[in-house]
Amino acid sequence: MNRIQRRTILRGMFQGAAVAVALPYLDCFLNTNGTLLAAEGAPLPVRFGTWFWGLGVNPTRFFPTKIGKGYDLPSELSPIAKYRDKVNVFSGFDCLTDGKPVIPHGTGSTTFRSGTAPGTGGALPGATFDNIIADAIGTGTRFKTLDISAIGDRNNSLSGQGAGQMNPVETSASRFYQRIFGDGFIDPNAAAFAPDPKIMSHKSVLSVVGEERKALERSLGVADRARLDQYFTAVRQVEGQLTMQLQKPEPLVACKVPQPPKEMEVQTVLEDVLLNHEMMAHLLAMALACNQTKVFNVAFSNGASSLTRRGSSTTHHQLTHDEVVDPRLGYQPEATKFVEALMGAWGTFLGILDGMPEGDGTLLDHMLVVAHSETEYAKNHTVTNLPIMLAGSAGGRIRTGMHVSAKREPVSRVALTAMQAVGVQVESFGTLSMQTKKPIGELLV
Amino acid sequence: MKLAMATMMKRKDVIRRIRWGVGVAAVAASLAVVIAAADPSPSAGTTSMRRLTDEQYRNAITDIFGEDIQYAGRFDPVLRPTHGLQIQGVSQIAVSPAGFEQYDKVGRAIAAQVVDERHRTLLVGCTPKSATLPDDACAATFFQRTGELVFRRPLKPADVQLYVSAARRAVAVTNNFYGGLVDGLGMMLASPRFLFDVDVTQPDPARPGARRLDAYSKAARLSFLLWNTTPDRGLLAAAANGTLHTPAGLTQQVNRLLASPRLEGGVRMFFSDMLGYDQIVDLSKDGVIYPQFTPNAKRDMPEQTLRTIVDLLITNDGDYRDLFTTRRTFMTRALGAIYHVPVSEHDWMPYEFPEDSPRAGILSQPSFVATFSPPGRSSPTLRGKALRELILCQPVPDPPNNVDFSKVENTAKGTVRERLTGHRANPACASCHRFMDPIGLSLENFDGAGAYRSDENGVAIDASGDLDGSKFADPASLGQAVRNHPQLPVCLSKRLAEYAARRPLDTGEAAWVKTLSTRFVESNYRLRELLRIVATSDQFFEVSSSTATSPRTTPSPTATSPREVK
Repeated sequence: MNRIQRRTILRGMFQGAAVAVALPYLDCFLNTNGTLLAAEGAPLPVRFGTWFWGLGVNPTRFFPTKIGKGYDLPSELSPIAKYRDKVNVFSGFDCLTDGKPVIPHGTGSTTFRSGTAPGTGGALPGATFDNIIADAIGTGTRFKTLDISAIGDRNNSLSGQGAGQMNPVETSASRFYQRIFGDGFIDPNAAAFAPDPKIMSHKSVLSVVGEERKALERSLGVADRARLDQYFTAVRQVEGQLTMQLQKPEPLVACKVPQPPKEMEVQTVLEDVLLNHEMMAHLLAMALACNQTKVFNVAFSNGASSLTRRGSSTTHHQLTHDEVVDPRLGYQPEATKFVEALMGAWGTFLGILDGMPEGDGTLLDHMLVVAHSETEYAKNHTVTNLPIMLAGSAGGRIRTGMHVSAKREPVSRVALTAMQAVGVQVESFGTLSMQTKKPIGELLV
Repeated sequence: MKLAMATMMKRKDVIRRIRWGVGVAAVAASLAVVIAAADPSPSAGTTSMRRLTDEQYRNAITDIFGEDIQYAGRFDPVLRPTHGLQIQGVSQIAVSPAGFEQYDKVGRAIAAQVVDERHRTLLVGCTPKSATLPDDACAATFFQRTGELVFRRPLKPADVQLYVSAARRAVAVTNNFYGGLVDGLGMMLASPRFLFDVDVTQPDPARPGARRLDAYSKAARLSFLLWNTTPDRGLLAAAANGTLHTPAGLTQQVNRLLASPRLEGGVRMFFSDMLGYDQIVDLSKDGVIYPQFTPNAKRDMPEQTLRTIVDLLITNDGDYRDLFTTRRTFMTRALGAIYHVPVSEHDWMPYEFPEDSPRAGILSQPSFVATFSPPGRSSPTLRGKALRELILCQPVPDPPNNVDFSKVENTAKGTVRERLTGHRANPACASCHRFMDPIGLSLENFDGAGAYRSDENGVAIDASGDLDGSKFADPASLGQAVRNHPQLPVCLSKRLAEYAARRPLDTGEAAWVKTLSTRFVESNYRLRELLRIVATSDQFFEVSSSTATSPRTTPSPTATSPREVK
């Protein structure tokens, strides 16, 4: 097929005048297999995300016994039955803390994400691997990452650059909608496109803060300079966003601007959180389809989860400690209802991503999502055998449908595998006992 | 930490727009010298850059542009260091991409209002020759005047030119003079010079070879400590004419700030931080068990205690220790439902509990007993821990990982005292629980929402206990025991030193805390005196490079390098 260079069509259109250009329809930009995106024949972008839930699982009801392909689905894993062949499950991967005391509900997630066990304060010791991935692949979109928490806890962030900086999270679907589809959103499929002079002037003044950099840096120590660097990285990202808003975006067939969701105040009631999660997951999927971001972080609940059921006083966290293990069942029945609801939500999330056709497959097929908790078994705060799943094949770069079982291997191996699968040039991840140069070879294609 | 910058609360009682200073800007040229003389390279590990908190940002905007400016946004959370104050996190936090996006957006929204037709006469300060063409002279006037307030120091001519040129570039695109001002001011409000309080130092004439903070940095420290906002015109003028460097000039400014009604803003912020009120926003209670815990009650809870504090410590210049025994407070209808007190007023009204009431001191108020309780019950452990850590600065270690909670599992019978006895019988748990539970148990007369009760599950509550050897029989006498605890003034002094420093203190600063505490006791526990001592002490204005070798500010990435851990 003769490739049409859309750039040449669009060149010279940015003098502030409203222009309506009849653009060739999307299909003529797809190759015969339908796997190529658009104008320049770029392949569909690989996306990456995380999905976190608090308070782990009941290990005997969660981890499959069969290793490798076609693993069995114990009851807590059953919500992913439909997507099993697209999901890898991991067992036997541990957070190794090198003698540092385990901070209940803190150490597990921080160690997995940053590759280093946190010190007593629990602060992120360094950049989380999702942020490292965002630095590498989160370009060419409006947002480097989108971070949400379905439970109404605005500090429920597990991602950051370290040095005290955590990604802020959005907890309201309507605000999340505004951020993506409100001011500054350009519908890639709209026929008419006029670069907004306000955006042009806004972009023209951004350089001013850069000019102030040298004078400021002179008076700063090393640590502060690193913080100032983070600030300027952020400025550059906004600059990139504005640049993008001045160009007619590539048409994207899967992108359909959704209706704004209803305003809803969500705190900790499970039923509300489930609804909030579903609304935000739909918006997130559409944000991916509309190429607004390539990286996201979803936290369903928080570490020491404050989820409650409507009309009940007890939080999921309290239950994991206070509830008696039913000797007949072998688990805590009320706490387990939460675990089941959480895994149900993960199944819902997968369903939303897998329900969006894209190229020759689905959105899920072109991405990689790492789902995990901060503990194996909350009652004991164990951070060994961390429950982790990897969903999606990152556009065919990773084998799926496997149960990968290890014996006391560091969880950093899973993180390294994920980073390499989405194309980050990184050879090693983690420090001390968590340091590894070994991705999980059987998964990488 | 409050991320939500919901449409700002208005404070009708205080007029807060900084009047345009005439002549303050004139010192811009002299400042240029100061900045150029800044230390070229302080040692590694120093921290001299603190991000503004959300409240400081809001207060600064209100002070500079007036309280009718509306905006909503959500900035990066400030993380509270373990056992520390939230404000100490501002020396560690940076700005993430999503955070900058917000600052940029909010800044532009504010800028658009500043130059709109309603405000421009007052806030722009000049009229352009044409509304559709660049006017460098008018733009320069605007950026010079506004920039001085936004950046807390006069702008060098080159800085002003930067913004004038930026506005000119913008007008070339939009053909709108005021649009250019929006673009320029929007940038100022997203600039690191506004968002971070960065120390500027200069050679110290009194100590050859050493450096001191320049007068504008001193002004900012004073203002953020005492008023929790950007320096006002008086402080900027004292910085401009150099009097802030003299002991007499400093004393004069500190006295002025301490005498102002705006001191309340600083005191409220300090106690909100010390008492952990950032947690209250996310606090939820079971509506079935505690129907009286309404959104209004939740809103009024911290306010009640803050009013109690301001009334006792500021309005009446009282003894800090009396906060734990006072029967004077303030009440609203929503709180009346928790207290079982009829309230006829629609607004806040003063209220005094009778002598025989169990309600005495701020520990008996819902802001304490309800905040440190789970959604559907009370928790002596949480309350005891909070009292130890927040009020007495005695940190409690985290629980061990693998705790057998089976002994406290059944909550349907008896009192929590009986259930917790199991915990304290276990030696592994006892060491910490003995430290927390007895004091928490004496607050068991207040349920998870803060309402009074005499029994639990039909069994009378035994509220007796002891606090480090001081015995008591009920919540009121617990307040008495806390009042007389020797650690009480030490803890307040330590917290205030931390709050003033906006970073974790290093070991060398323990001596400072000790001095503060001694002098606080000598002042008969007067908060205003303690603030005066802090705000006039050399340690408060110390430049960070002099403590460069201290490990306190070492950033976490290097702290976890293998070499350092081994």
